[in-house]
Amino acid sequence: MSARDAADGAGRADAGTAWVEARGLGRTFTLDTPWTDRLLRRTGARQVHAVDDVSFTIARGRTLALVGESGCGKSTLARLMVGLDVPTRGSAWLAGADVRATLGGAPDAARAMRRRMQMIFQDPFASLNPRWRIGDIVAEPLLEQGLILPAQAAERVAALLAAVGLRGADVRRFPHQFSGGQRQRISIARAISTRPEFLVCDEPTSSLDVSVQAQVLNLMVDLQRERALTCLFISHNLVVVRYVADDVGVMYLGRLVELAPKPEIFHAPRHPYTRMLLAAVPDPRARERPRAPVIGEMPDPLAPPAGCAFHPRCPHANARCRDERPALLPSGAVQVACHAVEEGRL
Amino acid sequence: MTGPLLEVRDLCVEFPTRHGALRALDGVSFDIAPGEILGIVGESGAGKSLAGAAIVGLLEPPGRVCGGRILFDGQRIDDLPPAAMRRLRGKQIGAIFQDPLTALDPLYSIGHQLVETLRTHLPLDAAQARERAIELLRRAGLPAAEARLGQYPHEFSGGMRQRVVIALALAGEPRLIIADEPTTALDVAVQAQVIQLLRGLTQESGASVMLITHDMGVIAETCDRVAVMYAGRVVEVGPVEAVIHHPAHPYTAALMASVPTLADAGGRLAQIEGALPRPDEIPAGCAFHPRCPKASQRCGQERPELALVLRTRAACWWPMVEGPAA
Repeated sequence: MSARDAADGAGRADAGTAWVEARGLGRTFTLDTPWTDRLLRRTGARQVHAVDDVSFTIARGRTLALVGESGCGKSTLARLMVGLDVPTRGSAWLAGADVRATLGGAPDAARAMRRRMQMIFQDPFASLNPRWRIGDIVAEPLLEQGLILPAQAAERVAALLAAVGLRGADVRRFPHQFSGGQRQRISIARAISTRPEFLVCDEPTSSLDVSVQAQVLNLMVDLQRERALTCLFISHNLVVVRYVADDVGVMYLGRLVELAPKPEIFHAPRHPYTRMLLAAVPDPRARERPRAPVIGEMPDPLAPPAGCAFHPRCPHANARCRDERPALLPSGAVQVACHAVEEGRL
Repeated sequence: MTGPLLEVRDLCVEFPTRHGALRALDGVSFDIAPGEILGIVGESGAGKSLAGAAIVGLLEPPGRVCGGRILFDGQRIDDLPPAAMRRLRGKQIGAIFQDPLTALDPLYSIGHQLVETLRTHLPLDAAQARERAIELLRRAGLPAAEARLGQYPHEFSGGMRQRVVIALALAGEPRLIIADEPTTALDVAVQAQVIQLLRGLTQESGASVMLITHDMGVIAETCDRVAVMYAGRVVEVGPVEAVIHHPAHPYTAALMASVPTLADAGGRLAQIEGALPRPDEIPAGCAFHPRCPKASQRCGQERPELALVLRTRAACWWPMVEGPAA
């Protein structure tokens, strides 16, 4: 994609150190349309472009945060990046290897790839098997991957639990005996057990209390630094992302609308949707923050607006915005998909 | 001179279990004045939703009020028989819950549910009720209100459903609205709109609001006063600006410091050591003392009561008189 070749800015190192890469990723879901509808009303198959031509790179040891509201495709994108789903277009790459191709290929290579990527999910109640003791839950990836002998499991698990701030005595307990924050720590312990290089976190703190969130975010930042992890951090909360990200991408209806280093996103957001998101977050301590008006609602993903998906809600939309989809283009250190920015109107 | 609209005095709620009764609310007291928006903020287990449920008479059994009293407009309501409580609920006290899908019956159209609520509480005939329903939806910011009367809840987006729920809560023209996490399930941009709506409509009608939430940002934007709850107790209460920027209670200060914000350097979040106490393991004395950097022996033995400290009331033996800088 031209933007990827042309740009040298946000979220990117040059191709040599692009450790994690998304190239024109797309994922389309086709909904069942009754054949009578298709026949009589000539309604074509209905599709949702959950992820629509998304490209970015993450340099080794850095964190890219992807932000957007529900339905923007960020969770689908996260699954594509770890090979939990198959893209309809484009590809995801880790350390120069095509993720999906490797996972679908020779078993040894697939296993090695699996080991290098791990994921942490949003719901601390659903992501742990309620019938397993947490010692077994944390040891599972190590045993599955054949990285340790069963006799070594106890020691490794104890070390992992200590690394996330849990006590060794907890190994024999079940998930329901822990709080939400503690369960997330267990998920993190499990995820780092295989010493992965790439960690995808899908809203890991969204269901946690504020003070617990602070603990878990601090833990994640510490672990990332200690273990030189490359991270993709998904969130709907732009403010939380400030504490973990190096670079930030903003998604809207499956498309990447802005991609920038963290300071740029917060001090000089370019895209009107990014500005709207920033203005909409209630912040108890930011007293002198001007509030831009929030207009409209997220459109139906089955019927996205033509041209720029954001144009019906955008105070700067013109005729071109209604007809032509903007490409992600560089604007200084930032990449933005906006005609108004390109035309210098913003 | 009118007294408070709602008075909660030493409210206690317990859940009987095999191992004895669990005190989920332990001596909670606060007032809401007519036309005021009071925020109730706290984390899991603080008891804020229980307080709201107790006031509206919707405590899930086996939970029960075991002490204290609730007065609405000077009359006790915590000991009302169910029929009387039902009349009060909807007419004088409206409720908005977190998940709009729970509040709306999926099998009936929005119009049907609105008309039913209106005719239950107001002397209107079918045509008048329909007109009023359209008016309510319009005021709630729903476009093409008349056309949407016949639609069902699943045909609306989350934000729109919440607007319908707000319209329903206001239908009986209540004087007090209990809103329990009304924006938590919504996206950030929609949250901002719904908060604006709630604020505008209640200001218009003069209704008071008890806004229960864990989101300090929402409280800062909407409320006049706020009560901070921890482990079933109120630890601090006062004007919003004072509680947020000059908290007297160490928990309030620590809570504020752990909220992600655009106003700091974005380095590391201040965290509170330890964990929230489980309802069966509430520490003696001050419930927060095991996690408090200022705790003394007295804190572990004697439970402090709410007392005036500068501009807020805090339940603490060592309140902070010079709060953190804004």
